[in-house]
Amino acid sequence: MLGKAKEIGNKQSLPCDRDYSKMSYGLLEKEKKGLDKLGKKGRIVLTVIASLFVGVANGLFGGGGGMLVIPIFTILLGLEEKLAHSSAILTILPLSLVSGIVYIVQGNFKIPDGLWVGGGVILGGLIGTFLMKKLSNNALKIVFYTLMIVAGVSTLIKNLG
Amino acid sequence: MQIFLLILAGIIGGIIGGMGMGGGTLLIPILTIFLDVPQKNAQAINLVAFIPMAIIVTIINIKRKGIDYKSVLLVAAPALVTSVISALLVKKISSKALSIGFAVFLIILGVAMMVDTLRKCIYAYMHKCRDEYINND
Repeated sequence: MLGKAKEIGNKQSLPCDRDYSKMSYGLLEKEKKGLDKLGKKGRIVLTVIASLFVGVANGLFGGGGGMLVIPIFTILLGLEEKLAHSSAILTILPLSLVSGIVYIVQGNFKIPDGLWVGGGVILGGLIGTFLMKKLSNNALKIVFYTLMIVAGVSTLIKNLG
Repeated sequence: MQIFLLILAGIIGGIIGGMGMGGGTLLIPILTIFLDVPQKNAQAINLVAFIPMAIIVTIINIKRKGIDYKSVLLVAAPALVTSVISALLVKKISSKALSIGFAVFLIILGVAMMVDTLRKCIYAYMHKCRDEYINND
């Protein structure tokens, strides 16, 4: 069977067996080669530059930094997906702590509402961490990203309309 | 009723945040669109609410999944600097401008992640297609 696979590989007789065959972390082989050319130092420099944007998202928009951290971890630093997600939460923790203090000092944190939502977030967080194994479910991800786009468009309409 | 909805919004945001997908990306719009919380207040709630949740989830994650501390440090250190600077800038930006910026950020991020996921789906499908061809032959 392996010989057959090799034969197919050489002939490229299948329309479906071309560029995508050596994809990893969502990258095509030639893109991955481009990243490899950077070397270890280049990757670290790129990581630091990208991290600056993570901070901007966290401070300016009060969230969303975690979503930027995931591709940094998986693509630039080569972490496995679940390890990337658990590490991302710890990465955002100190950022939210300092940004949160700035927001509180500026008087943007309103006490009763914030505490109710916070209680819900803790409860939801516990559920979420045990659901992490569902991450491989691409359908779930697509639903989530669709909701993000819908939320973005709704926010735009609300503020421009 | 409002209290119930606030808790519910928190649970939804928390589930997504606990999965390490960035709960704020949905929690903030839920708060601003459905509960009429001003943008800056919604952002503050998300930041503050994330802290205890992240501590608890991280304690669980250390035991269950492990954490790559080197990578955490490499990203968190530079990000810490820009997060403080940009959090201080929020005071000078109007809530409306901030909302629009946030919306654009959400759309760009959503589309980019969607494209990435679809690419992975196609990759998985292509492999399945090849394996089936080999096995059936």
